[in-house]
Amino acid sequence: MATTGIHSPGRAKIDADTLRTDRWWLQPLGVFLALTAFVVYSAWRVFSGKYYYSAPYISLFYSPCLSTTCVEGTEPGGPISWWMLSPSLLIAWIPLTFRFSCYYYRKAYFRSFWLSPPACAVAEPHSAYSGERKLPLILNNLHRYALYLALILNVVLTLDAVLAFKTPGGKWGYLGLGTLILTANAVALWLYTLSCHSCRNITAGRITHFSKHPLRYKAWTFVSKINEHHMLYAWISLCTVVLADFYVYLLASGRISDLVFFSA
Amino acid sequence: MTDLERHSFDVVVIGAGGAGLRAAIEARLQGKTVAIVCKSLFGKAHTVMAEGGIAAAMGNVNSKDNWQVHFRDTMRGGKFLNSWRMAELHAKEAPQRVWELETYGALFDRTPDGKISQRNFGGHEYPRLAHVGDRSGLELIRTLQQKIVSLQQEDFRETGDYQSKIKIFAEVTVTRLLVNDGRIAGAYAYYRETGDFVVFEAPAVVLATGGIGKTFKVTSASWEYTGDGHALAMRAGATTLNMEFIQFHPTGMVWPLSVKGILVTESVRGDGGILTNSEGKRFMFDYIPDVFKAQYATTPEEGDRWYTDPEHNRRPPELLPRDEVARAINSEVKAGRGTPHGGVYLDVSTRLPADVIKKKLPSMWHQFKELADVDITKEPMEVGPTCHYVMGGVEVDPDDEQTKLPGLFAAGEVSGGMHGSNRLGGNSLSDLLVFGRRAGLGAAIYVDELGGARPTVTDEMVADAETEALAAFHVEGGENPYTIHADLQQTMNDLVGIIRTESEMQEALDRLEGFKERVRRASVQGGRAFNPGWHLALDLKNMLLVSEAIARSALERQESRGGHTRDDYPVMSPDWRQLNIVSRTEGDGVAIYRQPLSPMREDLLELFDVNELNKYLTEAELPKGEHS
Amino acid sequence: MTYKAKFRVWRGDDESGDLQNYEVDVNEGEVVLDIVHRLQATQAPDLAVRWNCKAGKCGSCSAEVNGKPRLMCMTRMNTFTEDEVITITPMRTFPVIRDLVTDVSYNYTKARMVPAFAPPADLEPGDYRMAQVDVERSQEFRKCIECFMCNNVCHAVRDHEENKTTFSGPRFLMRIAELDMHPLDTVDRRKVAVDDHGLGYCNITKCCTEVCPEHIHITDNALIPLKERVADKRYDPIFSIASLFSRSKDTRTPAPETPKG
Repeated sequence: MATTGIHSPGRAKIDADTLRTDRWWLQPLGVFLALTAFVVYSAWRVFSGKYYYSAPYISLFYSPCLSTTCVEGTEPGGPISWWMLSPSLLIAWIPLTFRFSCYYYRKAYFRSFWLSPPACAVAEPHSAYSGERKLPLILNNLHRYALYLALILNVVLTLDAVLAFKTPGGKWGYLGLGTLILTANAVALWLYTLSCHSCRNITAGRITHFSKHPLRYKAWTFVSKINEHHMLYAWISLCTVVLADFYVYLLASGRISDLVFFSA
Repeated sequence: MTDLERHSFDVVVIGAGGAGLRAAIEARLQGKTVAIVCKSLFGKAHTVMAEGGIAAAMGNVNSKDNWQVHFRDTMRGGKFLNSWRMAELHAKEAPQRVWELETYGALFDRTPDGKISQRNFGGHEYPRLAHVGDRSGLELIRTLQQKIVSLQQEDFRETGDYQSKIKIFAEVTVTRLLVNDGRIAGAYAYYRETGDFVVFEAPAVVLATGGIGKTFKVTSASWEYTGDGHALAMRAGATTLNMEFIQFHPTGMVWPLSVKGILVTESVRGDGGILTNSEGKRFMFDYIPDVFKAQYATTPEEGDRWYTDPEHNRRPPELLPRDEVARAINSEVKAGRGTPHGGVYLDVSTRLPADVIKKKLPSMWHQFKELADVDITKEPMEVGPTCHYVMGGVEVDPDDEQTKLPGLFAAGEVSGGMHGSNRLGGNSLSDLLVFGRRAGLGAAIYVDELGGARPTVTDEMVADAETEALAAFHVEGGENPYTIHADLQQTMNDLVGIIRTESEMQEALDRLEGFKERVRRASVQGGRAFNPGWHLALDLKNMLLVSEAIARSALERQESRGGHTRDDYPVMSPDWRQLNIVSRTEGDGVAIYRQPLSPMREDLLELFDVNELNKYLTEAELPKGEHS
Repeated sequence: MTYKAKFRVWRGDDESGDLQNYEVDVNEGEVVLDIVHRLQATQAPDLAVRWNCKAGKCGSCSAEVNGKPRLMCMTRMNTFTEDEVITITPMRTFPVIRDLVTDVSYNYTKARMVPAFAPPADLEPGDYRMAQVDVERSQEFRKCIECFMCNNVCHAVRDHEENKTTFSGPRFLMRIAELDMHPLDTVDRRKVAVDDHGLGYCNITKCCTEVCPEHIHITDNALIPLKERVADKRYDPIFSIASLFSRSKDTRTPAPETPKG
């Protein structure tokens, strides 16, 4: 038996790694399965380089589409000519970095993937632990830069949602199921991004005297409020991302056609 | 005896609540080496339980407030039995003591202009209590604890040792004060963890051990409140005074068992809560004493109107002084109209909308939800009187807190005099700070004056103390200390409780004689390492001595005043106001004597209206030229 | 109303010990600490346990009930079924003294390492002015009752004894955050937070927040904001350069290195 951690000399001699009687493994297992499924799905979609545009909708994995290989109709219709791989790879690393360094997802993957710890008061299986003090995990401290990029991306995705109110022919005045999905996705992403802990620090968290910065304090108060639900937004936006992409995939691959509520 | 642990300090402080910590800080600031000896972990003392705040006439909310007004309020609250000099010092120095806490890092709630906010409280004429939500005591103790850490850091920078000037002995219990030739020489104690003994050699000891609540069955006190300081002082030759004055708070929780005694704040009634009996009757209207008839509503309708229109209506009788309400609840229960768990109902659920209750009484809502699984927005609470505070305590000099035993000082709840016969809410935390500091200062000065002539601890004293402390291990087939404790608490609750009569107190004294033998025959299982049974057996001796002091003093005082209510002498008497009842040990028990109070200084007397003084003082005591 | 409950209570000392079985009466409305007291009064008078206020205000009776860190005085018996075996052990991160009592001196040692509050030297008592909005963040952390369950549950020390020298645990990182956000403090503690107290060990798995009986948002309001403030100074090159030219410059002096003693 291990002789460190809860089995260290001097601590109460108890053999069990945990005495929890509830189903503590359920949550990390669920998170593990959900995140794995997401990673598999998004890898497939990111690398495939296909079925990401069906007017007026573009999949967020491919927006902005920066390569000259991008299909016609995508905006801004890429300037990069030397890129030979899937155009998604030019931008998909941004949300990936943002989510990887996100304070919520860190909890999620440290618990579910690295089992450090798998659940509270359940012994972790590693003999040493150094936290986020070394490369590469120390880079998580630069989460704010991922936030800046993610914010830019959000603007683009919001634009995409706005353009989804145009008919496939390019006239304003359109409402398809895809319009609703892209709009919902944009809203979810804004909520997730703005509720970020780094965002909270930037608005006013780093300030000691709120009373001297009333506007920033107001912003901080708003961010703090949505920050309480950061985990929820993280999951909702993850779902809307998949939903939005998959819907575009279904349309672009010709498996279904858009459900149109209104068209000018 | 060679392996006995010994330490030498200038000052030993017993107790690590507000008073003890403030005393230790002061003694250290005066350049003395200090030991803080406490029964619990550092930072767990009973002070954390205080909710309301620290009373100090800073005038932040109402600029009319000043020390004179605070002094007046304190004397009125104590029914003029207070040590007027202590009340004066307390009122004058409390603001400085509070401001000082801010320099240690305390974060009180603020006024709009950034000063310390102050709240209203019973008996205080103006908003006066510096507070942090409803956890003011925690803020106070944590602040003092952190100040001590900061002093230790200073000492470390100077000497390379954090504990070179202040050393904390947590979970160490003092069993005896060591006295040589009529002066303090040190203290004898044991480590709870190991059961090993330790001797402190010190010319000055500050008692800051708090109260006596655990002598009663229903109490808001923790296990520590076993009257250690009172008993240690008396056994060492010092005196206690006015031990009969015990504050019973009218509304403590009575159910579930696990929380019996925990306070239900007065604000519940202030915000509209009513008291009803098992028949559903709002009974307080039957208990308005004649002297209060003019100020209190006689019908529920009028009482209800008061909440919105206090100008034209009289306040409901639920808001009578604490002692009146406690007595009324007691009578209802005794008459068989109590709740299944022996209390009465306190109801806000039918009086206020749920969201208002949660907003106005958040901590109460939480307390009942988490501890009792009762939603006070839907159902009534069950409440009854609970032992809350002892006004009596070790007799001290008002200025330097020295007891009758040279070298022994006392501050906080363990000391007596400051609050007279009844303490105002908020005055205890300020008491801790003001007199804690004075006791630390007094001890430092005493040590200086003593010079090199420090009394010594002899081997004989140590051997005696050890024999006494280990006696319980040598009793064969004796009684379980837990049973004795439960019986003692029951006796005190039943016979020397909130309403007292001669015959019952006489019976209590008879029973206490029996307890003396039972406590001697208490036996302990197991070894000396962290053995709660043994600890209780030792604490029992203190509780027993204190119980006897309470019972004898209560029997002696033939009047009703503040925290002492006699069924057979229901009236407050100016003649008795002139007397303190002092307790000291005699043989294995307590002897009492009467001791006149010193007359109040003329300039302080003049702060009061003569019509008010008339109610309390004898004619001979009234200011000259103003005899009515 | 009364039933007999089955308990397993860890009895022993730093050498040896095991879970021992007891059957104890349980009445309506009781908490786990009541049962422990009943055990003491009826079956095991020398059962060692720490407790004080029994109202969730002092943080003395921390233990692990069915494997979860809990205040025994705030764990109601009706949260268990009548046939459930309830296991009580001491906190498993600190050395055990006896039975349910552990040696929590680690926490007091770490407390002593946090650089103390340092107000402006020329500010007189009574002249302190602070806005309510500026004190509220630190006030939340000052609700801490020092039950030490956050430090007990934190895997960085619970599962790695060797980290105890370099990591102070959530409680004292929160204390640093409290002082860092204090409106009148003049010391910059960001360097010591990382170098002396091991802020980098925290991987925000949030167990500290989960067990806090005071419901303090330790992770979201103290640890992450502190990490972000440290990032401002230490990891963010652009912000560090920009703040050199900022109008509202950080005038705080760096905290002295913690003496290793």
